[in-house]
Amino acid sequence: MDRKRRSRRELYTKEICACSIFGAMNREGDRFTGEGVMKAIASMRVRGNGLGGGFAAYGIYPDHRDLYAFHLMFTGPTDPARRAAKQELEAFLARKFDVYFDEEIPTDDSVFVRDPPLLWRYFVLPRKEGEDAEMTEEEYIVREIMAVNSKIENAYVFSSGKNMGCFKGVAYPEEIGEYFMLDRLYRGHTWTVHGRFPTNTQAWWGGAHPFGLLDTTVVHNGEVSSYGTNRWYLEMYGYACTLQTDTEVIAYAADLLMRRQKLPIEIVAKILAPPIWAAIDRMDEKEKRLMTALRMTYGPLLMNGPFAVIIGETGRMIGLTDRIRLRPLTAATRGEIFYISSEEASIRLISPHLDRVWTPRGGEPVIAEMKGYEKGSEESYEKGSEKSYERIC
Amino acid sequence: MRSFVFPEFEIIRDEERCGSCRGCERQCALGTHAYDPVADRLVSDDRKCAGCQRCVIFCPQKAIVVRPSPSFYRPNASWSREKIEDLKRQAETGGVLLTGCGSDKPFRIYWDHILLNASQVTNPSIDPLREPMELRTFLGRKPEMLEISREGKEVEIKTELYPNLTVETPILFSAMSFGAISYNAFKSLATAACRSGTYFNTGEGGLPREMRGEFGRCAIVQVASGRFGIDAEYLNVAQAVEIKVGQGAKPGIGGHLPGEKVSAAVAETRMIPQGTDAISPAPHHDIYSIEDLSTLITALKEATNYEKPISVKIAAVHNFAAIASGIVRAGADIIAIDGLRGGTGAAPKAIRDNVGIPTELAISSLDRRLREEGIRNRSSIIAAGGFRSSSDVIKAIALGADAVYIGSAALIAMGCTLCQKCYTGNCNWGICTQNPRLSGRLNVEIASQRLSNLISAWSHEIREMLGGMGINALESLRGNRDHLRGVGLYEWELDVLGIKGAGE
Repeated sequence: MDRKRRSRRELYTKEICACSIFGAMNREGDRFTGEGVMKAIASMRVRGNGLGGGFAAYGIYPDHRDLYAFHLMFTGPTDPARRAAKQELEAFLARKFDVYFDEEIPTDDSVFVRDPPLLWRYFVLPRKEGEDAEMTEEEYIVREIMAVNSKIENAYVFSSGKNMGCFKGVAYPEEIGEYFMLDRLYRGHTWTVHGRFPTNTQAWWGGAHPFGLLDTTVVHNGEVSSYGTNRWYLEMYGYACTLQTDTEVIAYAADLLMRRQKLPIEIVAKILAPPIWAAIDRMDEKEKRLMTALRMTYGPLLMNGPFAVIIGETGRMIGLTDRIRLRPLTAATRGEIFYISSEEASIRLISPHLDRVWTPRGGEPVIAEMKGYEKGSEESYEKGSEKSYERIC
Repeated sequence: MRSFVFPEFEIIRDEERCGSCRGCERQCALGTHAYDPVADRLVSDDRKCAGCQRCVIFCPQKAIVVRPSPSFYRPNASWSREKIEDLKRQAETGGVLLTGCGSDKPFRIYWDHILLNASQVTNPSIDPLREPMELRTFLGRKPEMLEISREGKEVEIKTELYPNLTVETPILFSAMSFGAISYNAFKSLATAACRSGTYFNTGEGGLPREMRGEFGRCAIVQVASGRFGIDAEYLNVAQAVEIKVGQGAKPGIGGHLPGEKVSAAVAETRMIPQGTDAISPAPHHDIYSIEDLSTLITALKEATNYEKPISVKIAAVHNFAAIASGIVRAGADIIAIDGLRGGTGAAPKAIRDNVGIPTELAISSLDRRLREEGIRNRSSIIAAGGFRSSSDVIKAIALGADAVYIGSAALIAMGCTLCQKCYTGNCNWGICTQNPRLSGRLNVEIASQRLSNLISAWSHEIREMLGGMGINALESLRGNRDHLRGVGLYEWELDVLGIKGAGE
């Protein structure tokens, strides 16, 4: 009854936060530890307040590269409650997946963090039976994750891609890094990081960034004023927005548009942060037609209000700001390393001599790709290069 | 038979100021004022006064005051003056009580119990004087997704798009037919719609031939149960076609235009004999079920070559959301939903004041229903019925409407004072009449300017409120109940509206 009323009244409590974001990619695919990104994000400590930090790391599980790595968080108030949630989750996994290997996520308990949940990882493959056999693996996994996150109390899947993982919690990001020993245990080719400044005090581990679905992760700085609109549109496509933050809707929008509808990132950027009508009306007929169709069809996915995000995928990292650029974002390159950050200073701290530094314009994505990156039918990329999007048509 | 009903209004004339110019006598088509040549003064018959205030505004000496008559029956909570007098009138006439305009009964006006949000600190408010603030809206079916193909930098849309109406502001003029309103009032609406980047709705009385070339581009034409004035050209000059199933002021019954108002021009436009009553049947006699409606929608799409969105207008009644969902599945591109306080030129008072549900609740229920069924993108929602200000409009958008229809508000902009005597055909303001002496009072240039000004004023105010919320495109507010809070509402009302209480 209570649950039903909540949904009718749409009584979600949205968390509002300001943040620091940072991303680094080695475009040759060479892997490096989290030490550098931890140092960089620590330099933006003033942009957070210790109520949330997290990392997404790509290429960290080469030994299990073909298995989906589920990172689970069991957040009950007492240890037995957490164990009970874990038991329920494992019963669920046993029905829906083949679990090849599982273990507690190693942590350094000498690092003080507040109320750490029970953290566990499972390396799985989906077991699609009956009618589900028709679904793609990815559709199946997304559906089951939505089921876990909305139905199993105190259990949250916060990472679900192959050969990648998210690590996050309530603390300053560098403390989270130390807690998970990211500078010692893991080597990845792409890292994104987030330091958080929520304006309410109910910070919880599940609400920290990044948010991920399959191998797409989002770290985000901003507040989405269009949250209610974005949310209902995504709910129509089966996304359950349970994690109480704006970032979740960006992650799901990215999943819907990029993975399910297979739209290229340049188009997706024009959906999330479209040009203004005055600019569209000045475009040539063909481009005008495209932009009008995009805004007409995807109006409810326009992310209104200030934001800067870094979207991570296997082999690709995308930075994007809102269309009137109300949050900072800087991109830089040094050799094969590509950086995206809230502040230039944090990049300079770990890489003083840069080949190129620039500030992308509002609504125009910066895209870093790994050598040999290919996804779907997108062909036009100059491999291993950065580009600032200009015009599509 | 002598009437036992008090006069509704009392006319007070300041004899000191009155210059006996007889202006009031000429202004009032109801014959309220008369000149007494013997006494060289004007006398007024309170009984004839509709309270339209025409004489008050036009008296050069400001010598007239019209106010509700202070006479009273013994106060009685059950038998109000209105109930007693309505009963007396029926005892005197034996007929159905007619009235005009939207219901004036004190049903809760939810707009006045809903408050808007604004940005503070974490999210900058946006200054509409310095930054773009976009209200452009598309009405019609949207595809589930766009499929595109790309070769190099060439991007092609492969998905077929559906026809949509484009409005520069989410405010359209509601259906008011030529016949119910005067030619000049009708033309003023058309002129203002074209000038303001929006649309007017012809109602069920057709579109006069000479207006088709100039005003078809901003017309929505109606197909109602009487099928008045419909031909192929009528359907095709318009930008959208609306099937009128119901009207908020009189759900369950059809339109009724008395023969007195069927002038030669009205007769020609409606394709009926002059002076005959134009009575629309209560139902469409070719729509007795949802599959029949589907057939008519398809027939209209065929007739317009699938180039125009088809709207279906229904009154908000108890189970309307489920019905509307069926209508969307039947192929409607737009659902127009008309609530309890929607206006009319003529309706039985018993129906106007007792049938239907408030627009505010209807919008929210319909939007939620279509979302839950995953078909919200298949149809736009235009809400109608009692919009009084820009803040009502923006709240409707946040509750899930794509745009709104304004009827009464547009008439008020032209001079209407909601005297509720539209059905008499003697509108002193020249709006709701076919008497050429009266309709000539409405200057199309001036009236259309007043309408355009209204649209412009409301649009500016919507931009201000939108910017305050940190939103620079209206589509980001649509269905965004997070920006609304209720005050003084019961829990069930908050539930139906889908909003939190203030401070929650």
